[in-house]
Amino acid sequence: MQPAPSVIIFSTLSGAGFGLLFFLGLGLPVVTGGIAFGFYLIAYVLAVGGLLASVFHLKNPKNAWLSYSQWRTSWLSREGWAAVLALLVMGVFALFQVFFGVTLAPLGWLGAALSLTTVFTTAMIYTQLRTVPRWNQPATPVVFLTASLAGGALLSNNPMLAVILLILLGAAVLFHWWKGDRRFAEAGSTIGTATQLRGRVSLWEKPHTGENYLTREMVFRVARKHAVKLRVIALVLMTPVPVALILLFGAHHLPVALAVLSYVAGVFAQRWLFFAEAEHVVGLYYGAHTGRQVA
Amino acid sequence: MTALPEATTKKLGLVIDLDTCVGCHACVIACKGWNTQNYGVPLSDQDPYGQASGTFLNRIHSYQVQPATGAAQTTHFPKSCLHCEDAPCVTVCPTGASYKRAEDGIVLVNEDACMGCGLCAWACPYGAREVDEAAGVMKKCTLCVDRIYNETLPEIDRQPACVRTCPAGARHFGDLGDPDSDVSRLVADRGGLDLMPEQGTKPVNQYLPPRPRDTLDDVPEDVLAPFLAPVDETPQGFLGWLDRALEKL
Ligand code: SF4
Ligand code: SF4
Ligand code: SF4
Repeated sequence: MQPAPSVIIFSTLSGAGFGLLFFLGLGLPVVTGGIAFGFYLIAYVLAVGGLLASVFHLKNPKNAWLSYSQWRTSWLSREGWAAVLALLVMGVFALFQVFFGVTLAPLGWLGAALSLTTVFTTAMIYTQLRTVPRWNQPATPVVFLTASLAGGALLSNNPMLAVILLILLGAAVLFHWWKGDRRFAEAGSTIGTATQLRGRVSLWEKPHTGENYLTREMVFRVARKHAVKLRVIALVLMTPVPVALILLFGAHHLPVALAVLSYVAGVFAQRWLFFAEAEHVVGLYYGAHTGRQVA
Repeated sequence: MTALPEATTKKLGLVIDLDTCVGCHACVIACKGWNTQNYGVPLSDQDPYGQASGTFLNRIHSYQVQPATGAAQTTHFPKSCLHCEDAPCVTVCPTGASYKRAEDGIVLVNEDACMGCGLCAWACPYGAREVDEAAGVMKKCTLCVDRIYNETLPEIDRQPACVRTCPAGARHFGDLGDPDSDVSRLVADRGGLDLMPEQGTKPVNQYLPPRPRDTLDDVPEDVLAPFLAPVDETPQGFLGWLDRALEKL
């Protein structure tokens, strides 16, 4: 799939922002006044900034408000609801903490649950797609949730939790890659099932000489050797670097800030690969993924 | 609403004959023509005289098939929306723009509600949906809903533009939910198939596989060769004289 910058920025930053809101909602830490203001500013800039970036992905944003209508069937619609509810509930919770020094704990728990739900619904938009076998696996929501929680723990200054969650994130991402590399074959779609022609099938002529919406959007191919390099970079930046920074230098401002930067860069790389490596079955009609054909 | 209907009264769709299609792309042009002038926004082109790209609801791929024995064959492969019974493109739509009609099973996009997120195109295994780059809304085959019920057209034209146009008769339109309809009988006779059944979409459109090729069992492979053998190396009589005379010039 085409790795669109708007969607990569959205999922990375919003994930971290909602992760931070989750910990603030749980009272880890309980903050009030100016400090609370600082924390919530960061959380809202990340969460809302990410959501705004995702609007750039729409080709007709004037109808975006209608996306609240289909929550019964559509994960994208549910994501919209969960995000708005989480931001509203946490907004009220934050208001009381910042201006009145009052912590309405149950409201915070509700906000925390909604924040995590938002991340889960984002993940389900991808997980539900049978057309992209690499995404269509239970590890996808696990990766999104651990990434968000690890980012939230880092930003909310919970160093030990952050270390544990970063290690879990590394493990989840490794599993997702391992399983993802096998998913296309498991799903069983080949140029043979796509065309229902018997024999060894290959594309002889595309329907058109140039590119089209489908080939631009869904038949993106990344060079194998680049993918391997990027995986290493993503993993190192996401897990060993931030973990080492915290364990070696403790929970001080500079090492934690560096750990956050490393984490964000690592997750960007991971999300880029999440899209770039995802093979859509429609590629079969365009002669892609034919290495997987059983003759 | 993007919930799918429990069942549809009719299952209108196409039957595409891969044995007959000659790959002329006439249906592509007919489809683009009709759907640019009728239902919804026109199908735009970008840079048509340069790096041409544009929106099409129907495209023809061509495949080479190498059987276990014998010569390779070429199959032309028209592909438009299959109006799936379990259409994943409909349920993912957040705005309610995508829907499947309970009365005839046609899958449509209400362009006034579409926000151009493209998620439905991601959900379709067959590449049957394309966002129009000029209008920013999702376009897909309408099964020519504005022709098939259109009483202002002569009766013979009340079928999809692609079906009406095809010079080879490779596209057929009808109710695949009625086992006695012409299209259903054709599918039964010719062993019509679902594309990518493993995707669980239950497509309504059916594809008729190419018939097995003729074989020339008792005849030598090259039937014409004997007739092309040289008739006479050294001509006699008048021809011989002419030949010798010309040789001397
Ligand atoms: S072919 Fe694609 S666009 Fe058409 S109904 Fe099936 S899934 Fe939807
Ligand atoms: S592109 Fe339009 S029709 Fe498709 S899912 Fe998005 S809003 Fe619905
Ligand atoms: S039925 Fe109509 S819209 Fe669909 S492919 Fe044929 S001409 Fe195009």
